[in-house]
Amino acid sequence: MARRMKTQEKKEFQKLVDSNNPKPNLLLNCFWAFSVGGLICIVGQFLHNTIESVFKLSHLESTNVTTLIMIFIGAFLTGIGVYDKIGKVAGAGSIVPITGFANSVVSPAMEFKREGFIFGVAAKMFSIAGPVLVYGITTSVIVGIVYYFIR
Amino acid sequence: MAVKKIGRQTIKFSSPPSILTTASIVGPKEGQGPLADYYDEVLEDDLFGEDSWEMAESKLLKEAVTIAISKGKLKIPDIDFMIGGDLLNQLISTTFAARDLELPLYGLYGACSTFTEAISIGAVLLDGGFADKVIATTSSHFSTAERQFRYPLELGNQRSLTSQWTVTGSGAALLTSSGNGPVVTYSTIGKVVDLGITDVNNMGAAMAPAAANTIATHLTDTGRGPEDYDLIITGDLGKYGRDIAVELMKKEGFRIVKNFTDCGIEIFDDKKQDTHAGGSGCGCSAVVFCGFLYRQLILKKIKKLLLVSTGALFSPTSFQQGESIPGIAHAIAVEMKGN
Amino acid sequence: MSYVYAFIIGGLICVIGQLLMDATKLNPPQVLVLFVTSGVILTALGIYEPLVKIGGAGATVPLPGFGYALAKGVFKGINENGLLGIFTGGVEATSGGITAAVVFGYTMAILFSPKTKS
Repeated sequence: MARRMKTQEKKEFQKLVDSNNPKPNLLLNCFWAFSVGGLICIVGQFLHNTIESVFKLSHLESTNVTTLIMIFIGAFLTGIGVYDKIGKVAGAGSIVPITGFANSVVSPAMEFKREGFIFGVAAKMFSIAGPVLVYGITTSVIVGIVYYFIR
Repeated sequence: MAVKKIGRQTIKFSSPPSILTTASIVGPKEGQGPLADYYDEVLEDDLFGEDSWEMAESKLLKEAVTIAISKGKLKIPDIDFMIGGDLLNQLISTTFAARDLELPLYGLYGACSTFTEAISIGAVLLDGGFADKVIATTSSHFSTAERQFRYPLELGNQRSLTSQWTVTGSGAALLTSSGNGPVVTYSTIGKVVDLGITDVNNMGAAMAPAAANTIATHLTDTGRGPEDYDLIITGDLGKYGRDIAVELMKKEGFRIVKNFTDCGIEIFDDKKQDTHAGGSGCGCSAVVFCGFLYRQLILKKIKKLLLVSTGALFSPTSFQQGESIPGIAHAIAVEMKGN
Repeated sequence: MSYVYAFIIGGLICVIGQLLMDATKLNPPQVLVLFVTSGVILTALGIYEPLVKIGGAGATVPLPGFGYALAKGVFKGINENGLLGIFTGGVEATSGGITAAVVFGYTMAILFSPKTKS
C-alpha cells in the first residue's frame, strides 16, 4: 500500500518536473546540426575529390585517405581546444561525423594525462569511443556470419 | 533527554554560536558573476598554480580556511576542529588541505549540502561545550567535478538546458562559542528524499523534494512562518529546481515565493554567462553565504536568514546502474541581533 | 554537384542524431554506438550503399559510414577468404581509421592539455 502510494507520488512528481522543464529549441538545434554536419561533409568531399584527382588514387583509397585526414583534423581541433566550442553550437552536427569520433578519442586521453601515460592517456583513450568499436565490429561479425551462409 | 531538539528534525541552540568571520575564494567565471564584489579573492587561472585541478581545489579550500582564521585575528592552532567536505572521491580536496593545515578534521560528505551540514555540526560542538572555535568549509571545482561526474572538458557535447554549472570556489566560516557576529539559532537536518528522478542533467529536480521537505519540516518544528525570515535561500536547485520546490511547498501548505531564492541562481548571470539552470556544487552555497549573504547579515540588511544547502546523493556508479538520484537538504537559521 | 549532395545527406544524418539527443535524451556515446551499428545493418540490408553513391562524403564521413566500411570489409573478406574473412574483413577495411585515431589521439594528448570551459 505504502509502496503503491510512493509510485503514485513519483509519477505525479515526474509530471510536475516534465511540465516545468524547459524545451530545447529543436528547430534551431537541427538547423545548426544540419549546417555544421553538412559543412564537415563538404570538407570531406573536397578532400576526397582532390586526393582522387591529384594523387590518382582509386575511389576506395581516396575514401580511406579522407578518413585519415578527417580524423587528424578532429583530433587537432580537439587538442587546441576548438572542437568543444564547435560542439556546443553544432551538437550532433559535430558529434556524428568521424571528426567527432576523433574528438571522443582525444578528449579523454588529454583529460587523464595527469593520471599517467599508461593508466591515464592510454587506458582512458577509448572510454567513450571504445563502445563504438565494440558494437561496430561485433555487429559486422554477426552480419558477416549471416552473409556467409546466405550468399 | 534531548533538551535541545525540537520537533522531528530540528536542533535549537541554547547558546547560539556566532559566525565570527567568513572567507570566500572563487574561480574566474564566478568572479565575473553578479556577486563578484563580495568575494575575498578571485582567481585569474583556475589551476591556481598547481599541477592538477584536484590540487587547485584543495588549495582553494586551504586558502579560504587560512583567510577566515586570519580575519578573526587568530592562528591556525587556535582552531579546535575543522569540519568540511567536497565532491571528489574520498574527499581529497578537504583531506589534503587538512593535512597541510594540521587541524583535527571531521570529513563530511553530503554532496552539495555539505556546507550547512558542516555549520550544523560545528554549531553542535560549540553549543555542547566541546569546542570554542571551529571552522566549517567546503569546496568545489568545475573541472574536477566534470571529469568525475560527466565528460572530459574537450568533448564536443551540448549541455542540457536543465544542467547546472559547478562553481569553482571555496568558502569557510569561523564559528565561535561567543562573539558579535551573526548567530546560528536553529539547524534542521534533512532526510534523504527520492522521488525517482534519474536524469543526471536535472539535479535541481532531483533535489527539490528534499529542499521542500526540509524547509517545511523546519517551519513546522520551529513554529515559524516563511514571513519570519527575510530570506530563505536554497543551495543549488537552479531556476527550474526552485520552481519545483515552490510547487512542492505549496502542497505542504506553505506559500513561499517572495522571499525565496537559490544560491545557484544568484551566483551567475545566466543570460551573459550561459550557465543554463544555474550554479551548483559544494562551493556554491559556501561562497554565496561567505561572500554576499554574510555581508548582508553584518550590514543588517538581512536579519533572519534560512540557508538550505541541497545535495544530490548519487555516484557515477549508482547512476550507471540505473538508480534514481536521492536528494538531501540541511537548513541553518542565521540571525543578526540588534537594529 | 557532389558537394550539394554531400552537404544534404551529411546534414540530414546529423539532424537525425540531434533529434535523438534532444527528444530521447540519448547521450553522445550512445548516439555514436547507435549510428555505427545502424551503419553496419543498413549496409547489410543494401540501404546504405545507394546513400554513399549519391552523397559521397556526406554518407562516408558521418559515423554510419564507419559501419558501412566495416560491413563492406567483412563482405569483401568473406568473398576472398571465406570464413576467416568474417573476422579479418571489417577491421582490415577500417584499420587506417582505427590506427589514425590511436596515433593522432595519443599525439594530441601528449602535445596539448585540456582547458576549462568558460
